[in-house]
Amino acid sequence: MKNVPLVELAKTIRSKNAGVDHITFDIIFKDRAVYEYIKQNHLITKELIAQIYHMPPERIVLFVYFDPAKAIKFTIRRFKPSGSPGETDVMGAQQYPPLFEISLILPESLLKEKGGGNQG
Amino acid sequence: MIKLKEVKILSPTGHLGFTPIEEESFWKGVNKKPDFICADSGSCDIGPYPLGADVAASPEEWQKHDLELMLLASRELDVPMIIGSASDTGTNRGVNQFARIIKNLTKKHGLKPFKMATIYADVQKETLLKRLEKGDVIEGLHGRPPLNKEILNRTNHIVAVMGVEPYIKALEEGADVIIAGRSSDVAVFAAPALWSGIPEDIAFYAGKVLECASFVAEPFAGKESVLGILREDEVIIEPMSNYQRATPESVASHAMYERIDPFIEWLPGGYIDMRGCVYEAIDEKRTRVRGSKFYRTPEYKIKLEGSGKVGERCFMIVGIRDPYLIANLDKVIEWSRKKVKEKFGESGYGLYYHVYGINGVMGELEPIQNPRPHEVGIIVEGVAPNLEMAKELTYLAGRNFLYARLIGVKGTAGAAAFISDEVLVAHPAYEWTINHLVKVNDPLELFDIRFETVGGV
Repeated sequence: MKNVPLVELAKTIRSKNAGVDHITFDIIFKDRAVYEYIKQNHLITKELIAQIYHMPPERIVLFVYFDPAKAIKFTIRRFKPSGSPGETDVMGAQQYPPLFEISLILPESLLKEKGGGNQG
Repeated sequence: MIKLKEVKILSPTGHLGFTPIEEESFWKGVNKKPDFICADSGSCDIGPYPLGADVAASPEEWQKHDLELMLLASRELDVPMIIGSASDTGTNRGVNQFARIIKNLTKKHGLKPFKMATIYADVQKETLLKRLEKGDVIEGLHGRPPLNKEILNRTNHIVAVMGVEPYIKALEEGADVIIAGRSSDVAVFAAPALWSGIPEDIAFYAGKVLECASFVAEPFAGKESVLGILREDEVIIEPMSNYQRATPESVASHAMYERIDPFIEWLPGGYIDMRGCVYEAIDEKRTRVRGSKFYRTPEYKIKLEGSGKVGERCFMIVGIRDPYLIANLDKVIEWSRKKVKEKFGESGYGLYYHVYGINGVMGELEPIQNPRPHEVGIIVEGVAPNLEMAKELTYLAGRNFLYARLIGVKGTAGAAAFISDEVLVAHPAYEWTINHLVKVNDPLELFDIRFETVGGV
């Protein structure tokens, strides 16, 4: 088993507005087997995300594993609508970096290549 | 409705005018002889200010650039050109602005006469007020309370988000160019497909994947053209740039982009169900999608977007390098806030401190609890009912960083670095006041469609 940061396993980790009241996050994996392993073993959960962002899990209005894109997607409710006075990120485009740090323990056999597996 | 076995739609940009269309892949797409050239020009991402103040967020030069490419190609091929959510917000102002640009371009290029449809989407407050007085419930989306008088009172501008029906009506009447106000992004593409005889299951899904143009392909790039080939039971996505590919994963990923839910997309009158979508690579560049479904809802609901002015807004930029001050920043900010309170009281204004280097980007969501930056930048944001007060309170908050009384501070000559000792006047502060759904009996009832012949005089 090996400890690998999420940032090495993902091809894309992004955040963006989903309408004016929500920010949505996409974590798209490089390798299908790695994605399946994480999904089967519930290595990333709504509770983990809530913990990272210090928010109650109810603020996460959706959390799904999305197979066609081998991706995890979750959506959070904003404190106030995008672009309101005092808001910091009108497009919600810079809320993803804390996800980089998620550390996952994976079997070494899954990690075929340096950086977390094959493309595609 | 006409019956085509295959419909080709060219999508050159995900937000017309926001940054200019890349021309090489556009003309490559035009050479593929599309049946329609369609683009969405609006977004809520630009924040509430452009809608509330009813101004464009894009330079007119870029809008003209994109409209010129599309107009010349559409007249050359003699196929309809369709624009949704004109000029960033899709207000009547935006529709009129784009219609004026189209007319000027027609003159400039001496184009043959054609029929232009303009579709207006502004909603007057009185219209909604009447509905409320009649007892209609205008439900709030995502936990917002139903629309009421108080919300309407603090709203400056409202648009209704149209579905496919106004577009189909315009096409039926023979429009060669459609300039529409606020629209569902999907409708801009689904409407011509439906009008051509493509089934709803495919037409709506195709709209969903085409509306952001090259964002559906990889590697990531904006403003490159993408061609959608729609048939009875499938849609094929083909990027026109030479370096991008539409892969099953890039297309599937797009279902998630900017949306709450990757499986369901709500539209006026129904929703797209993407749970059964099957993505299949045809070759290196193209992906085929089958299995999308469209379901109508029993009631036809239209989304309303509204923005209202909160006040005048100013900024002041403050830098701090002293490690002692950074370590005690809460106290420094408290001091600044206290000085504003002494002058302006507890309420009736907004005062915010954006501390770049600590949590300026993420605010309350920032998980790093004890950062140790060697310097921080603070944007003081002041919002007040009038500009004079906004300036004064922002000055008071900003300059008081200089005079913050902190026991133990060594640099008693000043606790802040200003690039310039000035308050910057920003656009007024607005907020999204309306994000609601209104029931309609007729999908056309909130929209005003007009026709005119352009050119040839």
